[in-house]
Amino acid sequence: MCLAVPGKILEIQENSENRTARVQFGGITRPVQLDFVPEAKVGDYVVTHVGFAISLLDADEADRTFKLLEAMGMLEGEL
Amino acid sequence: MKYIDEYRDARIARALVADIARCVTRPWTLMEICGGQTHTLMRYGIDELVPSQITLVHGPGCPVCVTPLEIIDKAILIASRPEVIFVSYGDMLRVPGSHSDLFRVKAAGGDVRVTYSPMEALKIARAHPERPVVFFGIGFETTAPANAMAVWQARREGLRNFSMLVSHVLVPPAIRLLLNSPRNRVQGFIAPGHVCTVMGYREYEALAGEFCVPFVVGGFEPIDLLEAILMLVTQLENGRAEVENQYVRSVKYEGNLPAQAIMQEVYEVCDRKWRGVGLIPQSGLRLRPEFAAYDAEKVFNVEALATEEPAECISAEVLQGLKKPVDCPAFGKRCTPESPLGAPMVSAEGACAAYYQYRRHAVPA
Amino acid sequence: MNDDPKPEFTCPTPLPARDTVLLGHGSGGKLSADLIREVFLPAFQNPVLARLDDQAIVSVNGLRLAFTTDSFVVNPLFFPGGDIGSLAVHGTVNDLAMGGAQPLFLSAAFIIEEGLPMEALRRIVDSLHRAAAAAGVEVVTGDTKVVEKGSGDGLFLNTSGLGLVPEGVRLSADQARPGDRVLLSGSIGEHGIAVLAQREGLEFESQIVSDSAPLHTLVAAMLAAAPGAIHCLRDPTRGGVSSALNEIAGQSHVGMVIDEQAVAVREEVKGACELLGLDPLYVANEGKLIAIVAPEAAEPILTAMRAHPLGQGAAIIGSVRESNPGVVAMRTVLGTTRIVDMLVGDQLPRIC
Repeated sequence: MCLAVPGKILEIQENSENRTARVQFGGITRPVQLDFVPEAKVGDYVVTHVGFAISLLDADEADRTFKLLEAMGMLEGEL
Repeated sequence: MKYIDEYRDARIARALVADIARCVTRPWTLMEICGGQTHTLMRYGIDELVPSQITLVHGPGCPVCVTPLEIIDKAILIASRPEVIFVSYGDMLRVPGSHSDLFRVKAAGGDVRVTYSPMEALKIARAHPERPVVFFGIGFETTAPANAMAVWQARREGLRNFSMLVSHVLVPPAIRLLLNSPRNRVQGFIAPGHVCTVMGYREYEALAGEFCVPFVVGGFEPIDLLEAILMLVTQLENGRAEVENQYVRSVKYEGNLPAQAIMQEVYEVCDRKWRGVGLIPQSGLRLRPEFAAYDAEKVFNVEALATEEPAECISAEVLQGLKKPVDCPAFGKRCTPESPLGAPMVSAEGACAAYYQYRRHAVPA
Repeated sequence: MNDDPKPEFTCPTPLPARDTVLLGHGSGGKLSADLIREVFLPAFQNPVLARLDDQAIVSVNGLRLAFTTDSFVVNPLFFPGGDIGSLAVHGTVNDLAMGGAQPLFLSAAFIIEEGLPMEALRRIVDSLHRAAAAAGVEVVTGDTKVVEKGSGDGLFLNTSGLGLVPEGVRLSADQARPGDRVLLSGSIGEHGIAVLAQREGLEFESQIVSDSAPLHTLVAAMLAAAPGAIHCLRDPTRGGVSSALNEIAGQSHVGMVIDEQAVAVREEVKGACELLGLDPLYVANEGKLIAIVAPEAAEPILTAMRAHPLGQGAAIIGSVRESNPGVVAMRTVLGTTRIVDMLVGDQLPRIC
């Protein structure tokens, strides 16, 4: 359930109806609606599901927790 | 791909597995709720990696599997009408109804179209104002906001030929049912990361408190699931029963407020029958009365259609984690992906299909 | 404690009746295999057909001829990297090439939907002609029919091909042996995604182009590098690499283990697959081949492939085993093992 994929916002188009972004997913781009993430800006990553962004990916949180995982991985490699 | 590839790193996986092994002192039974998480576990062989004291059972987190039989029958009825353009997510096409499925309706000449976004269904409706366009709005809380937007937008535009056949289901009531069952063996849950992206995880605190069971909100990549398992096992070994969040890059405590707002505006909570499980009170979403003109059940007058609830099927036990797909005598013999007997074999995310497709138990080390 | 008696599991969902042909029967997966086994094989019982190779190799007066036919029903008719015309040439040339044959002659039968713009037809015919010329084959006979509007996707094309198999070349899906190496000529999933993208209006940063190409000169180079060491060739078209490997494993009664990290997938294809929930292993290719070769010949054949423009991305992706006959397993990036099963019908984009 809930196939949702992170992608990077390349461009945002606003019109009277809604905010749509061109989002890049590893080499392809798709239009994604930003109705649920009004604070998203160009350069941000969003998690998208059925053509809508459902969260603004917290890059700082992700980096912080991933660094811990990476350190764990390197340590284990040395054991 | 960023935020995907690095969460498939073999070295980190090994480190997490080692930590889990160091932590575990006795057997634990854990459940991942979401079908997408089941898919990842099977596809990457995670249960091959974790210590044997950990038993992973699979929950009812497959909206395709649990869509009630009568909704499928209603969908088939509506899609079979020659003037209707029936638009659905690909997942639903092969799910068997009482006598047929949407694929067969298409084969018989029905205009059944696959989409991956509800807004595509709106586009089709605008392009064909003379024909009724019906969108099959299924899914858990993750998909509900997007489906809601389609209806909301249709009303705003006065798109009178558009309607939605709604069958949304909510996760927490299903978990409550599971926990209330005297046969429940699950001691810890990996909560669905994308459902919680939308809804937050406040609802799981009540469950954790009431039943003294830990929950960890988990993502969908192998590293996410291994980390969630480590967090769960750590809690269990230390006698804690709290709600923690592993999927911090996407999930916040309060969830996504604009998404929740549109859900509130368009839907109301209702009782819902879960296929293979039965009626779970207050576990579904339906369109509010002010959207009646966009409610396909009303527009096509199929509200009264009732399907005979079938006899007990092992699907129920698989969906509740009481049995594994391989415990079913029909699994792989009379029941296979090409001739499925029950819904968990049909859906790509269903536990039976995941087991069958990756059939890891059949491969020697 | 009271143990519930084991209930009789009669599942309520009725077994679907096999009374109509479905789209899935044409997808190259299990339903297709069932259709062939249940309807076609019993009707046309002969040992050549029973091998279920991509081509039939028949002996006529001492000469070994390869004979094949293929129908092309692609929608849209035009896509990045080709069109139904060039595809029809490459597909049939490749079926001949997988038998080790030198392709010589093609037929082309057109079933045209009333209303197809003449300009489109001209473009397709021109493309067909140029593809045939580039592949060194001649279209020597053909047929044209027109059907009523609504009966077809604009155009259905059938090409049949005739080629000559050199002495000593014996390639077939039942020739794989334990210990053999599995070679793949390049990255996967491009044709299927290119066509899907065109149909669904997906945009790409750098465009995904179909890999549609004639492989017979690559095959010739491989045969020259290690005569007798190639046991089987297969081009992974509908159903993808997975179907091709499963078919070979089934026909040869052997198992296979593939290394996930050895299978190349371009970034754009990967992105599209992640987004739609598709697995590249099941996506069609039209310019790649799988070779099952004797282990000692793997390196020289690989070298020959990499020296050819269509084999630059060639790699050894796995090996053939005696255990688990008929089963194709894959070692994942995490080092665990999973099974690569054949798809039932078409792979559909999913939200779950």
